Amino acid sequence: MKIRLNNRPEQFDRDEMTVTEMLDIKRFSYKMRIVRINGKLIKRDDYDKAVIRNGDDVQMWYLMSGG
Amino acid sequence: MKFNEIKNHLARYTVGIAGAGGLGSNCAVALARSGIGRLVIADYDIVESSNLNRQYYFADQTGMKKTEALKDNLNRINPGLRIEVHDIKLSAYNIPIIYRDCDIIVEAFDSCQMKEMLAETVMCTWPQRPLVMGSGLAGYGKTNELRERVIGNTLIICGDEKTETSDELPPMAPRVGIVANMQANAVVEILMKSKNHEDKT
Repeated sequence: MKIRLNNRPEQFDRDEMTVTEMLDIKRFSYKMRIVRINGKLIKRDDYDKAVIRNGDDVQMWYLMSGG
Repeated sequence: MKFNEIKNHLARYTVGIAGAGGLGSNCAVALARSGIGRLVIADYDIVESSNLNRQYYFADQTGMKKTEALKDNLNRINPGLRIEVHDIKLSAYNIPIIYRDCDIIVEAFDSCQMKEMLAETVMCTWPQRPLVMGSGLAGYGKTNELRERVIGNTLIICGDEKTETSDELPPMAPRVGIVANMQANAVVEILMKSKNHEDKT
């Protein structure tokens, strides 16, 4: 499957995956983040359920303490 | 475009600022100087001496509520600015009420849990409302790693998205001030888009 992750094309060797699976595959380990699929916010509790499909636009950004 | 034209356009808008610490106080000052019409600012903290290394307060304001101290400072800079302050801890319950009539919202919290809560609340309540976040500003140096990232049409992240404050990597005036001013700059840019659009039509 091909998706866009933060505006860059990415290819994964599967037909679909959950957000949790994508984070594992990409080894994104830092916990505080926001994820959106096609502009829709995915809350942390839904990472195991939310499915990313071919052609999806995935946006992710990290929340660092400090201000 | 002349500054007066910019200022007159910005005077129509209300900007919500969530948090009045290093990001919020400095961002508010930049917006006040730019001529934004109205600010809605919420924070529940008081000014402490440890804040003075980066936040827009003065030593003689120690012990004051941040909202009151910031209101005073902003009034001294721009007496024409309308300021609404809320001495309250922001939550998913009060954010939709406090910021309901804001044209754009600036996330200016210290803790990443609060950043997450605000981002989720704003995006769920007003999916189309512009949100400017700060993320990653600890320590000093590495100026070129501080950047603005635009996500979709309405979301802007300012900072390096990498550094997290700690005892060994404290928040300091230069980098916090840069990110706070990047946030203010993003606000001005977004609000000026409608002016540029009006001028063309």
